[in-house]
Amino acid sequence: MEIAVSCRGLTKRYGDVLALDALTLDVPAGAVFGILGPNGAGKTTLLRLLTGLAHPTAGEATVAGLSVTTQASAVHRHISFLDQSPQYYSWMSGRELVTFVGELFGLRGQELSTRVDEVLALTGLADAASRRIGGYSGGMRQRLGLAQALVNGPEVLFLDEPASALDPAGRHEILAAIASLRGTATVCMSTHILADVERVCDTVAILNHGRLLVTAPVAELQERYAQPAFELELDAGQGAAAEQLVAALRAEPWVGDVARQGDIVRVIAVDTAAAGHGILPLVAARGIQLQRFERIRPDLEDSFLRLTAASAPEKVQAS
Amino acid sequence: MDGFAIFLRKELRETLRTNRLLVSVAIFAILGIISPLTAKYTPELLKSLGPGSGGVTIILPTPTVKDAIAQFIKNVAGTGIFVAVLLPMGLVAREKERGTAAFVLTKPLSRLAFLTAKLVSLGVTLTIGVAIGALATYWYTALLFTPTSVGGFFAASLLVLLSLLVYASFTFLGSTLMSTQLPAAGIGLAGWLVVSILGIFPQIEQYTPAGLLDPASQLALGLTPQHLWVSIAASVALLVVMLLLAVLSFRRQELVTNA
Repeated sequence: MEIAVSCRGLTKRYGDVLALDALTLDVPAGAVFGILGPNGAGKTTLLRLLTGLAHPTAGEATVAGLSVTTQASAVHRHISFLDQSPQYYSWMSGRELVTFVGELFGLRGQELSTRVDEVLALTGLADAASRRIGGYSGGMRQRLGLAQALVNGPEVLFLDEPASALDPAGRHEILAAIASLRGTATVCMSTHILADVERVCDTVAILNHGRLLVTAPVAELQERYAQPAFELELDAGQGAAAEQLVAALRAEPWVGDVARQGDIVRVIAVDTAAAGHGILPLVAARGIQLQRFERIRPDLEDSFLRLTAASAPEKVQAS
Repeated sequence: MDGFAIFLRKELRETLRTNRLLVSVAIFAILGIISPLTAKYTPELLKSLGPGSGGVTIILPTPTVKDAIAQFIKNVAGTGIFVAVLLPMGLVAREKERGTAAFVLTKPLSRLAFLTAKLVSLGVTLTIGVAIGALATYWYTALLFTPTSVGGFFAASLLVLLSLLVYASFTFLGSTLMSTQLPAAGIGLAGWLVVSILGIFPQIEQYTPAGLLDPASQLALGLTPQHLWVSIAASVALLVVMLLLAVLSFRRQELVTNA
């Protein structure tokens, strides 16, 4: 398997704060790789190190086989970067900015203008291309950011929260554009929006407090870390019986946790098979009428919350 | 230098589109026009006011070309230096502050090319400004007095430009070191202040950019100044040191991605 991005013991310290702690990971070429974590997890620091904007305190990283510390200029020929809140030259038009970036990558003439037209169309900015960037909305600037990041046909694309400022329609379009790069470019995308990761990423790395908690394909992560859950929707007006049911469920050895919100009871199972067989008899024994009973598909959010909750700050912060 | 020509073109377009060049040219043009006018008409203005209430009469000598040149140098040493100090304050710091430096420096554009293009653009802006101001002064001096030596006036203008570039280099260094514009301007003004204080001592003045202004006046009047080459060498050396410090400090600087 060809590796596009490799980190070995990558560490970044700002004074007393350990922003990234001996991170070791590999990103396969052609993957859409999600970097997931809560605020302050070290996602942006990792992207800044990989793009040469910051220098590691220890460890090393390579992008497209080139060292980001000793060969940063060469790395820049192979990558593109989209910042979380992109700011560009407000006096330029969108087309001028994308053309300027294309020229920096050595594109000229017909090849340049064709490529500029393509990426402006792909990001939905063709109609606004001649307007000054100073008049663009946050969402338009993010689209422009993706357009400039794609103009050189990068080998590795680093995206920091690429869809955070977009409306649902814009998010759908941009994520589709990112997904379309699978196989032709390697995409490293940081985000805290789990639905975006589920939608486009093959593999995900979860960071918390500067540490890598896990790297795995999205489906594997859901299977490995998400706990199976069952959801019961009771008929209205069964408060007392519902309370008895919750107490009975909590007493069962195959139940991990029970949460009740109104008529909805959510059961986290530690033994899925036993729970599947055992819940309904408990319901029937109390004469409770059900509207719905279903097994909930474990999602990335379950895995994420479980993993990040388990990594308490005191365990991972440097002393 | 990766990306130098492309980035220089962007810088020059920015200078035009953000009116930086226009403002610079306008200020120097005004300085250029008012210098000979002030020299010519100030005595007449004072004369028209008549004797003071105490019956005191001020006798002023008839203004000459020398006064027009002296006025131009004096205006450049005042307002011109102020422009030179303030013009570069945002050149690097503003790009760092807004995150555009981080954006463009993750492209095939070396940090050396980034700084050099900015320097060239600054030099072009000041050169055009000083050229317009000098042309205006030369033209009005010839109209109101007598034409002065073209070669001498051209050489004087080059010395004035060199002096302004040295003052601008203080702020340019500040703009490279700092991540916001105001501290950058503070460093430029501090540099100007230090040079001005050192310039009080005659034996040191010739080694400062202020020491270029006397030789400039003499050259404009067709005279041969003393210590000309020493003053030029000292200013060029100071300019090179400031620029080297800027390049060295910027080489390993970490850049933020957005404001």
